[in-house]
Amino acid sequence: MEPQLGLIEQSFHVRYSDGVREALDELGDSFLITDPSISGHPIVFASSAFLKIFGYSKDQVIGKNGRMFQGPKTNRRSVLEIREAIRQEKAIQISLLNYRKDGTPFWMLFHMCPVFAKEDGRVVHFLGVQVPILRKSRVVRNPSKLCEDGTGFLGCCRREVTSDSVMEVGRGLALDYLLNSDDRELEIDQPCEASELEKRKAATAISNILSVLAHYSESEVTGRLVCGKACCLSGMGLGASINISFGRIKQSFVLTDPHLHDMPIVYASDAFLKLTGYARHEVLGRNCRFLSGLDTVSATQFEIAECIRNERPCTVHILNYRKDKTSFWNFLHISPVRNATGKVAYFVGVQISSSCNSQGKQGLSPAMEHLSVVGAVKVAVRSLSIGASTS
Amino acid sequence: MLTIKKVPTVVSNYQEDGDDNNNAAGIRTEDATQSQARGCARNCLGKCCLPVSKLPLYAFKKNDYPSKNNAVFPSDDGVSPISFLNNLLLAQWEDRMRRGLFRYDVTSCETKVIPGRYGFIAQLNEGRHLKKRPTEFRIDQVLQPFDENKFNFTKVGQEEVLFRFESNDDDKSRFFSSYAVDICSISPSVVAINVSPIEYGHVLLIPRVLDCLPQRIDHESFLLALYFAKEAADPFLRVGYNSLGAFATINHLHFQAYYLSVTFPIEKAPTRRIMARKGLQGADLVVSELLDYPVRGLVFEGGCVLRDLSDAVASSCIYLQQNNVPFNVLIADCGRKIFLLPQCYAEKQALGEVSLEVLETQVNPAVWEISGHMVLKRRKDYDDASEDYAWKLLSEVSLSGVRFESVKACVSEAAGLQVEVDTYNIDQKECIYDSEAPQVASHMQRDCPAIH
Repeated sequence: MEPQLGLIEQSFHVRYSDGVREALDELGDSFLITDPSISGHPIVFASSAFLKIFGYSKDQVIGKNGRMFQGPKTNRRSVLEIREAIRQEKAIQISLLNYRKDGTPFWMLFHMCPVFAKEDGRVVHFLGVQVPILRKSRVVRNPSKLCEDGTGFLGCCRREVTSDSVMEVGRGLALDYLLNSDDRELEIDQPCEASELEKRKAATAISNILSVLAHYSESEVTGRLVCGKACCLSGMGLGASINISFGRIKQSFVLTDPHLHDMPIVYASDAFLKLTGYARHEVLGRNCRFLSGLDTVSATQFEIAECIRNERPCTVHILNYRKDKTSFWNFLHISPVRNATGKVAYFVGVQISSSCNSQGKQGLSPAMEHLSVVGAVKVAVRSLSIGASTS
Repeated sequence: MLTIKKVPTVVSNYQEDGDDNNNAAGIRTEDATQSQARGCARNCLGKCCLPVSKLPLYAFKKNDYPSKNNAVFPSDDGVSPISFLNNLLLAQWEDRMRRGLFRYDVTSCETKVIPGRYGFIAQLNEGRHLKKRPTEFRIDQVLQPFDENKFNFTKVGQEEVLFRFESNDDDKSRFFSSYAVDICSISPSVVAINVSPIEYGHVLLIPRVLDCLPQRIDHESFLLALYFAKEAADPFLRVGYNSLGAFATINHLHFQAYYLSVTFPIEKAPTRRIMARKGLQGADLVVSELLDYPVRGLVFEGGCVLRDLSDAVASSCIYLQQNNVPFNVLIADCGRKIFLLPQCYAEKQALGEVSLEVLETQVNPAVWEISGHMVLKRRKDYDDASEDYAWKLLSEVSLSGVRFESVKACVSEAAGLQVEVDTYNIDQKECIYDSEAPQVASHMQRDCPAIH
């Protein structure tokens, strides 16, 4: 289920100039860089320090999703908090139980930060730093304090909690736990709070990595959102969260924006690229008509245009052409898609090639396959422009 | 007898046909006995039509044995490809939209996240509720017998049914696009559309539709609902249940589900672990209580196999039912997290104890509202919607601290869980200072270990 290596290569190649990987490794910190616009939100870079700590080789990590380092005792709530931070495109610092390749679990401080493109405020990568939490500074947290310091969901950018104050409160309970539990179990089962030093180490690492990325970036990137509120829909960029949602849809489809001049493609699935033979940057920003060619019936194109004008769904069989000029019959379905305002925000186009034998591979008829994509896209787009992310 | 008046939500296009209060519409239903003899020609879900029907069937694989690494759920997290069940549901739902079966297009309704700590979600939906006269609902009995003269899901037209959802004995889940219904060997469970959807994909899961079970939880049915959440494998598809007295409209056993790709406020609330049952290799079944949330509730997680988790919740619900405590249940995170929320709003409303300001917004706090998703009928309410309002409304729903303590104690016994000693002691101190102590006795009819 991993995306092609080509897309992973592209992820860095398009954004940063040569030498960036070496420069990143020179930093000596353990970190991962992921790309939310690729299906599955895969890792596109893993520092050598990371590979060393976790015990994996590069090939075992690149292209996979970060969840591979979680395991049965990883706190589910922490995982959800990270997911929420990704959805809101915010930074987060959180203690997390991770597992090495040999299966041993260990606590680490995970600090994640989105990397924004300066030109349109789009999240191009997520950067995740791991700082192992050393046993000496381990503090047992009083569980009821979880809500009081206002961290977690109620404030994705955690405020600093000084280890002194937590130590005081936790002292009474800590003694009970220590007297009653096996020390090894204690290490894993009790949540670990990172020390001040560890937190600062993580923040410094983030800052250094961002500097390197900024230095090597073709068009500018930044760790802080420059254009105020996350206006990820300006221009053609879609937010990280919706990219991840779209990445779950395996069929060929595109999203076009009727509010932009000439209704360009603003999203194209991996399957679409595979079907048509184009690279992502070759289709984004173009109107779909480039798929039509010499023998495409213009009446069909007219029918499509009419339906779009009337904001009605339509289904057609249209002759389309791949990048290599070969043609295929495209069983195409187009439907308007509304966002949280209730108004039409995009059109989705779903392509089923009659030439390939994969119809009904899932047991759904082609017409139903069309509709399942429309449904999934509608659910994802429904929460676009839904408004305030929580404070 | 306590009742409240409210306009019932129309969940099926056939709901108003046989409605006691709507005979003036002139649509006559056949006499019940006659229908059974010759078929009612309406292609419904009754014994008259179902035996000669074919419906799509999704037969899921049941997992009664702990897996190798003791993981009940896959480790993925909303990143892996959409499951087949999910695709099926989306496709079928969109198909019914194209056929015009819904009363309105819910995606045309404005919706927003209210600024605040929790991000309550508000929707402006002026068309959801009919401009009908409100009907009287009895709210002081959580268990009421099934009444075949009232609307129930056997009267629903088959076009409103998307597919059957049942377990199989095979080694994997299977899908049959058209399967004859053999009512002698199995009582079919179906997924049907809600024609007044709260959000995209709003469906009703009706276990063993022909058995005409009243709205009450039983172990098998709850397990079915949990498998539904698990097989869909989408953290944004949640499954909900409202008991009678907690704003269930129809007294025929059903669960609800719909998609909304934002995190619900209740899912963000911090929790504190209060009960557990130790499991193999650390797969404990854990119950926590919600903290810093306007409604008091319990969160169930863990267990070695899905049935462990399911039975713990079901047993707790059964306890509540038998003790006449209305409640709502939210199944979230693909079935990993289950919220149990006892409530008393309807009782307060019937006794005239809810503030006028809150009553006027006509929001009935069922499972979705309690979870933080509110549908508002009036533009003014939508524009003015604030976290304050949501908090105020939901505070009226919650059981008092003292009543909730009793519920906790009895749940631990009903579900066979050990209370975690240190935190339990803290709770005891808190409840002594609660001023609503006298109410406890009247509501708890069954003997349960008294706390104080």
